[in-house]
Amino acid sequence: MTGTVDPTVLNLVIFVLAVFVGYHVIWNVTPALHTPLLSVTNAISSVIIVGAILAAGPEETDFGAILGFFAVTLAAVNVFGGFTVTQRMLEMFKKKEPKKSDG
Amino acid sequence: MTANLLTLWYLVASVFFILALKGLSSPTMARRGNTFGIAGMVIAILFTLAIVENYNLILAGILIGACIGSIMARQVQMTQMPELVAAMHSLVGMAAVLIAIAAVNNPAAFNVPDPMPLGNKLELFIGTFVGAITFSGSIVAFGKLAGLGRQFRLFSSAPVVFEGQHVVNLVLGLVMIGFGTMFFLAEDQAWTAFIAMTAIAFVLGVLIIIPIGGADMPVVISMLNSYSGWAAAGIGFSLNNPMLIIAGSLVGSSGAILSYIMCKAMNRSFISVILGGFGAAEGAAAAGASEKTVRSGSADDAAFLMLNAEHVIIVPGYGLAVARAQHAVKEMAIKLAAKGVSVKYAIHPVAGRMPGHMNVLLAEAEVPYDQVFEMEDINSEFGTTDVVLVLGANDVVNPLAHEKGSAIYGMPILEVAKARTVLVNKRSMASGYAGLDNPLFYMDKTMMVFGDAKKVVEDIVKALD
Repeated sequence: MTGTVDPTVLNLVIFVLAVFVGYHVIWNVTPALHTPLLSVTNAISSVIIVGAILAAGPEETDFGAILGFFAVTLAAVNVFGGFTVTQRMLEMFKKKEPKKSDG
Repeated sequence: MTANLLTLWYLVASVFFILALKGLSSPTMARRGNTFGIAGMVIAILFTLAIVENYNLILAGILIGACIGSIMARQVQMTQMPELVAAMHSLVGMAAVLIAIAAVNNPAAFNVPDPMPLGNKLELFIGTFVGAITFSGSIVAFGKLAGLGRQFRLFSSAPVVFEGQHVVNLVLGLVMIGFGTMFFLAEDQAWTAFIAMTAIAFVLGVLIIIPIGGADMPVVISMLNSYSGWAAAGIGFSLNNPMLIIAGSLVGSSGAILSYIMCKAMNRSFISVILGGFGAAEGAAAAGASEKTVRSGSADDAAFLMLNAEHVIIVPGYGLAVARAQHAVKEMAIKLAAKGVSVKYAIHPVAGRMPGHMNVLLAEAEVPYDQVFEMEDINSEFGTTDVVLVLGANDVVNPLAHEKGSAIYGMPILEVAKARTVLVNKRSMASGYAGLDNPLFYMDKTMMVFGDAKKVVEDIVKALD
């Protein structure tokens, strides 16, 4: 075996393991929470904001940086919106104290 | 901040994202899980900020996005969740495309060698076209769910089909891959090929979603959720960012699994749903329906029947969502419980327009989640149930699913027909999404209560007093 490992191969290793983890974790999500699952996975996928930050980050504001700005904005909407709406929904699933019925 | 340290922090963030999803295994753990997700995001953003030079654009973007996102999240009604989720997917798709363009423009900003290595280019191609399809497809899905069909024909909830549609899509797909390959193999930046590929991808996104009808939306939303994850993972590959790969793969798998669950619950193959064209007869009365009669009654009759029952099961459907009847239903259940009637709710996986849609509506109405049961858990109880109240659900309670040769043969359904008495609330006798007549409505034990779900339930509440 010669040479160092290409980053793409390491990335592939990470990818396959992540898919395995994802498979097992998601099958354990209770069906009642499938809608919050959709909203939280949406929020998590907006971690793509990291790529947008790198695009918008260089010293000089060039074409790429402008695109990065828009990408940051779009991703930020999802980050804040996604986690907030998930929180809102999950709070509705709190077990309430059994109320005395009002007849 | 070295690359190694940054990547280790990215690993922490990734673990937190996994914990966020693990939390969703039960409502009690779920809120803590969401906190982990937020923490992971904060870590990812903060440590990335530590390595860039110019904060102005970034902070401005975050501020604007935060305002829009928070306001939207607070104001949206639970009955609008499907549209919101669809719209949010489009944002991730577009973000992926923009980042990809920026990466082609200036790979050095991302610490990627310039000229870009072959592997990175291929991954960029994949991330871009998946992102573009996600963007435009999600916009169409949003339009269909928000009922914008009257303003724009493309957003009609009935399938939009045309001659040779599948051939057109196939050809466009191949052309897109062709341009992508040109981009991937080219020596230089190959802007023309890249832009052509992206443009076609946007068009394809629209074309693949428009033939899909409204009630197949649970599959479409799950599919687009999955795609948005793969877009992020693709960008992660091309930028050598393990966290994007992990997060993207988690989301991609999640959406794929949800799509699978939805398809199983409709007993239709994923391919058949995607090819679309199903449900074109929405709203039309099915052939032969005019011959038979139904027993119909009033809200008072329904109230009487339920009062004299020991066990009642409520089956919510899309009609409940449209009428926003969930709070009235909760009130009705409380009154019934006060008179000694046991009330449970039966949820079919594809009831509504989105996985888990009914559960969220009931949770919003403060229905205790231990009264809400999934189909597999409650189906055996219908035989010993006195009264079933079906609110705006149709195909999911249609016994034709047991008959070979019917369009919905094999679809798992709620065995409502086994109960002693069945009350069905609909606005009219129009057929459901599958365009089929429903024998349940004509059974002797069934009484139809026509009207808007909210109005009917409120009338039942009054009659229960």
